[in-house]
Amino acid sequence: MDKSTFEERKAIRGEMHAPQRHDSAHKHVAGTADYIDDMPEPAGTLHGALGMTDRAHAEIIAMDLSAVVAVPGVVLVLTAKDMPHSNDISPSHRHDEPVLADGLVQFHGQPAFAVIAETRDIARRAARLAKITYRDLPHVTDILDAVAHGGDLVTQPLILQRGDAEAELEKAPHRLKGSMRIGGQEHFYLEGHIALAIPGEDDEVTVWSSTQHPSEIQHMVSHVLGVPSNAVTVNVRRMGGGFGGKETQGNQFAVLAAVAAKKLKRAVKFRPDRDEDMTATGKRHDFLVDYDVGYDDEGRIHAVHANYAARCGYSSDLSGPVTDRALFHADSSYFYPHVKLTSQPLKTNTVSNTAYRGFGGPQGMLGGERIIEEIAYQLGKDPLEIRKLNFYGEKGSGRDTTPYHQQVEDNIIAQIVAELEESADYQARRRAILDFNRTSRVIRKGIALTPVKFGISFTMTAFNQAGALVHIYQDGSIHLNHGGTEMGQGLYIKVAQVIADSFQVDLDRVRITATTTGKVPNTSATAASSGSDLNGMAAFDAARQIKERLMSFACERWQTTPDNVSFVANHVKIGEELVPFPDFIKQAYMGRIQLSAAGYYKTPKIHWDRATGRGTPFYYFAYGAAVSEVSIDTLTGEYMVDRVDVLHDVGRSLNPAIDLGQIEGGFVQGMGWLTTEELWWDDKGRLRTHAPSTYKIPLASDRPKIFNVRLAEWSSNVEKTIGRSKAVGEPPFMLPISVLEALSMAVASVADYRECPRLDAPATPERVLMAVERLRRA
Amino acid sequence: MQPQGMNGMAQSNGTISFILNDREVSLSDIAPTTTLLDYLRLERRLTGTKEGCAEGDCGACTVLVGRLAGDALVYESVNACIRFLGSLQATHVVTVEHLAGKDGTLHPVQQAMVDFHGSQCGFCTPGFVMSLYGLWLANDDPSRSDIEKTLQGNLCRCTGYEPIVRAAEAAAKARPSAVFDPITREREAVTARLKALIPAETITIRQGENCLIVPADSDGLAAALADNPGATVAAGCTDVGLWVTKQMRPINPVIFINGIAELQRIEETEAGLTIGAGVTYTAAFSALAKIHPGFGPLINRIGGEQVRNMGTIGGNIANGSPIGDSPPPLIVLDATVTLRSTKGRRTLPLEFFFIAYGKQDRQPGEFVESIFVPRLPAGDLFAAYKVSKRRDEDISALLGAFRLSVEDGVVRSARVAFGGMAATPKRATTVESALIGKPWTEETIHAAQPAFETDYQPLTDWRATSDYRMLAAKNLLMRFFLESGGEPAQLVRYATGER
Repeated sequence: MDKSTFEERKAIRGEMHAPQRHDSAHKHVAGTADYIDDMPEPAGTLHGALGMTDRAHAEIIAMDLSAVVAVPGVVLVLTAKDMPHSNDISPSHRHDEPVLADGLVQFHGQPAFAVIAETRDIARRAARLAKITYRDLPHVTDILDAVAHGGDLVTQPLILQRGDAEAELEKAPHRLKGSMRIGGQEHFYLEGHIALAIPGEDDEVTVWSSTQHPSEIQHMVSHVLGVPSNAVTVNVRRMGGGFGGKETQGNQFAVLAAVAAKKLKRAVKFRPDRDEDMTATGKRHDFLVDYDVGYDDEGRIHAVHANYAARCGYSSDLSGPVTDRALFHADSSYFYPHVKLTSQPLKTNTVSNTAYRGFGGPQGMLGGERIIEEIAYQLGKDPLEIRKLNFYGEKGSGRDTTPYHQQVEDNIIAQIVAELEESADYQARRRAILDFNRTSRVIRKGIALTPVKFGISFTMTAFNQAGALVHIYQDGSIHLNHGGTEMGQGLYIKVAQVIADSFQVDLDRVRITATTTGKVPNTSATAASSGSDLNGMAAFDAARQIKERLMSFACERWQTTPDNVSFVANHVKIGEELVPFPDFIKQAYMGRIQLSAAGYYKTPKIHWDRATGRGTPFYYFAYGAAVSEVSIDTLTGEYMVDRVDVLHDVGRSLNPAIDLGQIEGGFVQGMGWLTTEELWWDDKGRLRTHAPSTYKIPLASDRPKIFNVRLAEWSSNVEKTIGRSKAVGEPPFMLPISVLEALSMAVASVADYRECPRLDAPATPERVLMAVERLRRA
Repeated sequence: MQPQGMNGMAQSNGTISFILNDREVSLSDIAPTTTLLDYLRLERRLTGTKEGCAEGDCGACTVLVGRLAGDALVYESVNACIRFLGSLQATHVVTVEHLAGKDGTLHPVQQAMVDFHGSQCGFCTPGFVMSLYGLWLANDDPSRSDIEKTLQGNLCRCTGYEPIVRAAEAAAKARPSAVFDPITREREAVTARLKALIPAETITIRQGENCLIVPADSDGLAAALADNPGATVAAGCTDVGLWVTKQMRPINPVIFINGIAELQRIEETEAGLTIGAGVTYTAAFSALAKIHPGFGPLINRIGGEQVRNMGTIGGNIANGSPIGDSPPPLIVLDATVTLRSTKGRRTLPLEFFFIAYGKQDRQPGEFVESIFVPRLPAGDLFAAYKVSKRRDEDISALLGAFRLSVEDGVVRSARVAFGGMAATPKRATTVESALIGKPWTEETIHAAQPAFETDYQPLTDWRATSDYRMLAAKNLLMRFFLESGGEPAQLVRYATGER
């Protein structure tokens, strides 16, 4: 390494790869970071509330809203007929998702009207006064129900295959079949959905929306209003959490606010109550995985055939790409010599399920890991041994092709796992646990090491593009904007570091500004972990353009050559002269240099042909592994996570502090999904776990008692990503599969590990106890 | 603004007066259902305090409320979303905006949250800061379990909590020498101002149909209830709050009793403890845990800290929920409840207070005044076990309480009661009979376990299936037996044995 360069780079505050705190941290803790509901409201702002139905599947015979309208303070009631141009907000463009139910109710709670009133309280109270007459239709809420009733699909299924799975299953020395139920998950962003629409001149409207996808909000608002996209501006400074729940699910609120605002020529805000938010917006898909695997005496997999059935809810939303991604990850980190994978995106009378961190990938991987577990228990071996046998090989090993025919070219899983096995002292601890379980009557322990390999890129190739806008003002202060949104993940600070680094100026010279469709158009959702890969590169490109202009300016003005000009620690170095950055910029302005640039980036190399199930959908893979140790109470099924060790690959981290936060937080969120977070519908199809009193996300006291998280500091992305970093949003979410498998091992101990407990998710205390009971009786 | 010369004057003029951060507030134009959170956000534009759930379960709206407990000024974290304005007489409400210095210097608790990356999306953060601030005021060397207990009522979806716990540990040590902490600095002055705000007479605010009553003492409460027999008696409002925010039910007229000092007494005698109906879980914890050590771990799992700071044992009993956590142990301990009205008092065994689902033995005009919890005779065994989907801040799937005396290896008496297994908190009399007179052995347990099926036919709901409830109930009897013999039979969270 060139040490002089290194020292110069150290001289600015906030360069790339430095552990910077979140840009808004000081405001978060002081209560001065404004979320949409904290912004001063325009005078005369009105408030909306959803009018919700109470049938899972029914025709609406009549809707008497007279009592709603009669409430003093109610200004407007909207129904499907009041949508000016279209009542459709289907993100998949299959026209299967109305803004408001129009004659047909498809899930319990589906909004059929909206009330606009002087206060939120009036709107909420009035919304309960509607008299709706229904003709009930049969409803299905569950995957098995849906299959039993004909298995209607919301979108086209996917098939991935390579080799001849059926023939090889027949030939394999051993074969087993099983199935696994995997529960869904509520996002439980702490800030619920919210939209504030402010009417403008002519057909214009500005919408502040808590959304991961301002461009889609823009498109939906323009579509429903019947105005061009250029009439609609969508802004978001920050969200109080998103996790995928604000990728498409904000459309409804933004559209209703915009429609009402344009009709009434007053600002309109929609902020559903938590219960309404949880009832009316989609969640992670639950899955039923049926697997059939052939393997040999050692535990090496010969062939896999699996079907992934998903509860998609009443409409397609993102269920197509979600179920696709489940199949893309059904191999987890393992080479399947012969494989056939099918998806079954089932229609159910439940809220339409949507994106959630991992986007089907976690469910896919969980099925793959269950297969490993089954083989291990069948052969009486440690599942880790089976894992190692089946890992993808090095490039060119003949064991590097995925079920979708992409070569795994950057495989580091063996190295990650070996290093973690050693540092976490896995083998000795496993022996100690086996000893403990021999003598402990009530409390049993388990330990598991599970790997993560997660494909990075939107599988819809077109989404892998991004834009940024960078201005330098005459005083040398820099204005940064890009298409990515900030939901707590630290995207804004990472991209700001890219800019600070590019110009070699202190981070506080860079002003991070709210995401808006007015500055950077045609953006993709901040999703698929792609935020910093895409927007970081787009911003880098904008900086490059300005720097090139500044370079030629410097060469001309100082009569020198580019190799004598460099950006160093808040200065521009020209020959031996150090010009302070603001002075240099002032001179550039006087020299009539354009100090603004729009940057652009598109991910290279990727392509995907869904019809043939072949391609290179992913630019690269992110890797990681975790060892979890748990204790269970075999009398009640209660448990706790005693210790977790994580080693995770983020390439060359753009910001290790932010990345560690993503890993720790992703782990605990994933652990919640697999343990205490349970969605429960009653026989009327009503979701009964619709608030934190009934839906239990992890608490501080649930986090692992010992929690060691490390970055694989030796890793560097083999692809030319920004700073050779890797995406970090989603991959760590799958590390806690190790918690589920450790619970499973503790359960298995009651039958001397002879039988795979087939512990489904979420492994609530009830499921753990019932598995213990089942094994004891077997 | 605040009328002058409040000291000792009757507050019949119908105002609620409290201190909000650094200024006194007097309000006469408030509805019974106005929450502190809406007041802060909508009227005062103090938007640092967030609404996450409006039901006291997420902690995003956490503020500190200072109140006089005797002569001491005690600050406790509460959920502003279910705290009604009418319940704030003579309190000091501290919001996140009050912490930083005038020059913007962050409080050590805030600075530690920044330094340890304790915020990501930041929406829950002000609530965490306030909970940690409450801990910081009370404890300069908190253990990890102290911190976890403090944070039971705060949900964070981003960080996984580890950095927040680290921040709490670091903040505890950060105590700059200058008087920088607003509460420490103003403690004496605030104490004096609050004393002056304690009402001498009942405060009544009428506004059209709305009526909000804050009695000054229990005579005033009895009188108010005699005049308004259908009134909602509200103490901590950890349940009543949700009637308003979720069901939008009227609670009119409402009588707020949380400020009545007489109802907050705990008296310890040789016979046992008398706990006033207004005593919060937090206030009752040490006295109850002292005479019945089995009670401590249970109380620490009721709600989160904010809920324990507001919720009362009296309220847990009076509202008659089948899944209240305090009735089963109190029933097996032979606790009694004293009801009072203008006509006098009557005392009955707690067990008989619960008649049927939603029905208690409380006559119009009566209120729960106190609960008496006897001590255990020497040698009696007692335990209470809560089972829930999530260990902390969850409503019980089931809760079992056991009390037993064993003489010469034979069960002499047995009391078993459960919550979550029937429409009311209910004794398992068949199980008890199967134990009494039998040797205290594992065989007896096995023989008694089927008796649960006679005593209970539990429901299936989102907390648990009927099968699980039944199996776990039977197993809890086994846990009780094993623990009575010193065998480890439940998870121990910390090396010290603290659960």
